[in-house]
This record gives sequence, C-alpha cells and structure tokens, in this order.
Amino acid sequence: MTDLKRTPLYALNEELGGKMVPFAGWEMPVQFAPGVMKEHLHTRAACGLFDVSHMGQVILRGAGAAEALEALVPVDIAGLKPGRQRYALFTNDAGGILDDLMVANYGDRLLLVVNAANAEADIAHMRRAGLEIEPLEDRALLAVQGPAAEAVLEAATGAVPARFMDVAEVETSYGDLWISRSGYTGEDGFEVSVPASQAEAFARKLLAHEACEPIGLGARDSLRLETGLPLHGHDIDEGTTPAEAALTFALSKARRPGGARAGGYPGAEIIAAQLETGPERLRTGLLPEGRAPMREGVQLFASEEATEPAGAITSGAFAPSLQRPVAMGYLPTELAKPGTQITAELRGKRMPLACAPMPFQPSTYKR
Amino acid sequence: MKFTEDHEWLRPEDDLIVVGITEHASTQLGDVVFVELPELETQVAKGDEVVVIESVKAASDIVAPLDGEIVAVNDALTDNPALVNEDPMGEAWFFKIKPADMAEYDAYMDEDAYQDLIS
Repeated sequence: MTDLKRTPLYALNEELGGKMVPFAGWEMPVQFAPGVMKEHLHTRAACGLFDVSHMGQVILRGAGAAEALEALVPVDIAGLKPGRQRYALFTNDAGGILDDLMVANYGDRLLLVVNAANAEADIAHMRRAGLEIEPLEDRALLAVQGPAAEAVLEAATGAVPARFMDVAEVETSYGDLWISRSGYTGEDGFEVSVPASQAEAFARKLLAHEACEPIGLGARDSLRLETGLPLHGHDIDEGTTPAEAALTFALSKARRPGGARAGGYPGAEIIAAQLETGPERLRTGLLPEGRAPMREGVQLFASEEATEPAGAITSGAFAPSLQRPVAMGYLPTELAKPGTQITAELRGKRMPLACAPMPFQPSTYKR
Repeated sequence: MKFTEDHEWLRPEDDLIVVGITEHASTQLGDVVFVELPELETQVAKGDEVVVIESVKAASDIVAPLDGEIVAVNDALTDNPALVNEDPMGEAWFFKIKPADMAEYDAYMDEDAYQDLIS
C-alpha cells in the first residue's frame, strides 16, 4: 500500500477507527465501527461526514473559460450563473461518457470536481484541448449529508448556500471554504472544499455536533445506489452515451440541435441523433424478488427460457433504507419499462426481477 | 469444538457435525443481509462451496469442512440473516453434516490454535 495517496484526513480517519482500503489509488475509509448498514441509516436520519478528498478539484479561470469548457461537455456552462453549480459530462468522439463531473461558478473562476479514478485522465484531456487549468493539490473535500446537514454546517461556518446546487465562498476560521449545496446521497447536504491545512480541524468541528458521524465509502455507495445515481466506471463509462444512461437531463437546451450554442463537443452528432431516435438500450432500475442481492455483472434475460443475455447489472446491493435488494443495469429499451418482468442468472439459477423507476429512495434536495 | 482456517467452527452433535462461522469472521463480514443455504440430502466434498453469505457490500462462501451429507439446515437464517452477526457461535449455525469419516474432524484446530491464528 506504499504508493497509495493519502488525504489530509488520513490520520483522523484512522483515529476514528476507519477501515482503510485502496480505492482509485487512494487509501480511504470503507467503513467505521458501526458498519455500512448503520452508517447508511444514520446519514438518512441525521448527518454523515464523508471524506471525499480523493476526488479531483480543478480550477478554470479567466475570460473564455466557460466557452473553452463547452468544447468538451454537452452542457451550458456559459449560461451558468455565479453562485450556481451544474452536473456535466465529458464525452468522447463516439458520444460515450469519459467522466461525469460538477461545475460550479464562483464568479472569478469555475471549480470542477471530477471522479478520483479519472482525475488524471480528465486533466490530460482538458490540457490537450488547450484549457488553462489549475489542479488543486492543497485542498480537501468533505461531504456533509443528511437531514441535519444544514444545522451541522451552519454551526461550524455561520452560513450555508440556500438551495440545491447553489454555491458560496465563506471566510471562516478554517480558511476560505467553497461550499456547494449538493452531494451524491440523495439527501440535502453540502460538499465543502477546505484548505488541506485546516481540513482536520474543520472535520473535528463538524463531528463535534451530536448529529454528525463519520461515514465510509461503503455507505456512500449504497446511498447513491438507492438514489439511482450512476457511478462512473460501473453504470456509465466511455462505452455508454448520455441517452443510454438516462442522463439526457444533463444535455442542456442551449447545446442541443437548434440551441443557441448547439454541438461543438466530442460526439455531438451521435448524441444529437440519439436524442432524435432514442437509444437502443437504456439504464433502468431493477428490483429483485426475494432478499438475495444481485450485484454488478449479473446477467439479465428477457425470459426464463432465453439463452442469450439481454443485458447486465451494473450496480446492485442490499438497500439498507428499503431493507431489500435493488440494482440498476442496461436492457434493450423495449424491455426497460417499469413493471417489465425479466430474469437474472444468479449462481446458475434463474431468479425473477422487475424493472422499476428510479430513484428507489426519494431525494430530499432543497429546491 | 474445532476450527478451520476459513473461520468456521465445527461442533460434534451425536454422529453429526454442526457448522457455523466464528465471531471473528462475523465481524469481518459486517451486516449480513441474506444467507443461501444448501439443499437437504446433498452429498458434499470437503472444500465445496455450500453456503453463500451476503453482507451489504459483498458475497462470501462457506465451504464444506468435511466429506459427507447435509442432513439439516438452519431455516431461521432465511428469515433473520442478522442472526449471523448477533449470535454467530450459537443460534446462527448454518448446516449439519453427516461426515463420511469422523477422523477428518479431529484434524482441525482447537480453540487455542484458532486464537493464535487470528491474533
């Protein structure tokens, strides 16, 4: 584990009893003493603190930064107002998803947050496109999530952004905090970029609140799955398009055919054509019957008799909030309709499951 | 009671062996949410995967510690998989096996040797 990177909260994670595992080149806490189930339920009931410092933070500055980024994403960045954040996708020439990311407008700069596993490739991709970017090595990223997140963060900082996807810069005794009202758990909550030197003190302050507990990446994964949020490298990747991934909401009107700045990003023609005709396969929610979890890689069949798989599960687990297994995966579009009965092959046995709308667990964002 | 390197415990009961997993293994697995038990009267060979334990995050197997026949399974685990976390050394036994050769049982570790293994 010698060449794994450590976040500014490594020592605190260890002190808190985090079970550290390799994750995307980093040494990260997968769980703490209560375990995934209790950590998951605590986040839904009160407030969870997640160290997500492994994710890539990149700054883009100057006049023309938004337009330059638009050359890489099918998303309206030029129209993103100061104080707002938007979900975006890096696409490739085939219309596939290189990564998903958050783009926030802090007025004098854009802050991009990208997946840990893709950060290096994303940075190279942006540099090849001529973007003058500034990867941040000296800031940690903390996610504060759950119904008590607002109270916890307000107690520590005195001010929080008001609505889902609002962002704000707040001067505190923990330095200059960049706060977005967002996260990846389905809960109301925040992601806070904090100077690395202040990260531990700030995390301790958050944890001093009675509602706030440290939560590992295991529960982060089960929380985002219940909320139907895709995970890059699993539910979406460079072989899946935004339409196939049911992420057309991320394709801004201004960048679609007929829009003010239509096209001009990798794979634009392919993505535009798919918007027109609809994709041949679609990411869908899946509810296995019974209690056996069905996980990534389990093959899906149109019927019990079918011999050729129609698709596969890309994420699946037991959902702690629902006390039942849930999954998502890809099926031909005609099968990927809520209520359609299909079968999966689990350890050599055919087991029934049904297509279902997502999210499985409703989100509680403050709109 | 004897122990395997796979963190199973074996308890003789008349001419049968009752099989479960140790406290140590239960802690390592985390919250158990599903247990798939073998069919009754299945003939198994030592090392065969006979039980699947699913925790929130992952699936793991229990292997048959001996050659023999599965003669009982603990249906309580089907309704309440969390028993594996609550009482791994007692109520949460998985199956009873009628061994082909009881001498195989004697070859396993005693409790002291097992404690050394996990310490």
